[in-house]
Amino acid sequence: MPSLKDLRLRITSVKSTRKITSAMKMVAASKLRRAQMAAEAARPYAERMERMLGALAGSLAGQQGAPRMLAGTGQDDVHLVVVVSSDRGLCGGFNSSIVRDVRRLIADLQRQGKTVKVLTVGRKGRDNLRRDHAKLITESVEGIGRKGVSFADADQIAAKITSMFEAGEFDVCTIVYNRFRSAISQEVTRQQLVPFPVPAVSEEKGGEVKALYEFEPSEEGILDELLPRNMAVQVFRALLESSASEQGARMTAMDNATRNAGEMIDRLTIQYNRSRQAQITKELIEIISGAEAL
Amino acid sequence: MAETLQFELVSPEKLLVSEPAEMVTVPGSEGDFGALPRHSPMIATLRPGIIDIYEGGNIRNRIFVAGGFAEVNEERCTVLAEEAVPVSELKAEDAAARLKAAEEALQAAETDQARAQAKRAHDVAVAMQAALSGGQPAAH
Repeated sequence: MPSLKDLRLRITSVKSTRKITSAMKMVAASKLRRAQMAAEAARPYAERMERMLGALAGSLAGQQGAPRMLAGTGQDDVHLVVVVSSDRGLCGGFNSSIVRDVRRLIADLQRQGKTVKVLTVGRKGRDNLRRDHAKLITESVEGIGRKGVSFADADQIAAKITSMFEAGEFDVCTIVYNRFRSAISQEVTRQQLVPFPVPAVSEEKGGEVKALYEFEPSEEGILDELLPRNMAVQVFRALLESSASEQGARMTAMDNATRNAGEMIDRLTIQYNRSRQAQITKELIEIISGAEAL
Repeated sequence: MAETLQFELVSPEKLLVSEPAEMVTVPGSEGDFGALPRHSPMIATLRPGIIDIYEGGNIRNRIFVAGGFAEVNEERCTVLAEEAVPVSELKAEDAAARLKAAEEALQAAETDQARAQAKRAHDVAVAMQAALSGGQPAAH
């Protein structure tokens, strides 16, 4: 049975915890709004990029000598897994669900006899995976999205992936991130980056004949520039989705924590009042029985 | 009003410009080209330079881009650029500082990749200075 003083201290401590979690929830909510806006603003670029790629791939289809980034190396032995996690914790199942999925992916690939390499983005993913896959982690990036995700960050990661690919260090690259569905639900998503699955050219409505593009300088010349760009765009999109998801997950987690803290305070207060009353009663009985004994 | 095409300038972070224009000249990597309404479909890479947006036969807006891609079709001209600044907002000091940084990077570059990257930054800086002095740099 805790003493009255212990209970009082406990209540104060839970109250201040609740203050912190509710403040974190508000911060996460405002960051979520910003992250969502950023994700929306980035959409037009990705869409147009996709359209161009579709047009290019459409005209290159069936031809020999498509760039390796599009066609792949023809092998399937070494897989690079890019893991997008967050730098900070306290965001519910955000990081653990990513890590769980990556573990499963690694196990699957290894069972098929593939070599797996891992590139982590975010501190939490690295720390979690280091425990049993330390040897697989070839590179890790941190400090993304402290002040909102910038395209330069994505570009840097994409450049790393591209240079690894050009050095022949992997055949297939998959990025794993939390896709933002709503503030309370995220979905772990695997997306293949290399070889890049070409978006199916959507048929223009009305059965219109698809425009034949002229290319300047040449299809190959443009693709050579477009593909690394596209990689950066895809990474950027994953980072944006992930940062929106992170804030969403944190908001939900902190909301729950605040509610739990509230319940705990209620419970502790009842307990405190009861034991205070019990003590008063006890003291009264002592006084009365003391007086009676005289 | 004369026939127009929809001009769009998009950076990875957001849609920068989306407006109708009578003509747009774009610095293609193999020479500048003008896009008028009903231009035949084309995809081109860009070099660092200036996009001019025309209205009523006059330049309405000039935007500096540091390379990118352009997609032109009958009713649209879409430019994907990583970096785009209106020419009126370019600053001489920035351009000079970038040129200096790029020159240093070019000197220090050891791998082919780093050299190519520095070269590109250098080209951008040179084009930026050319844009400031009013002319277009020569196509290379």
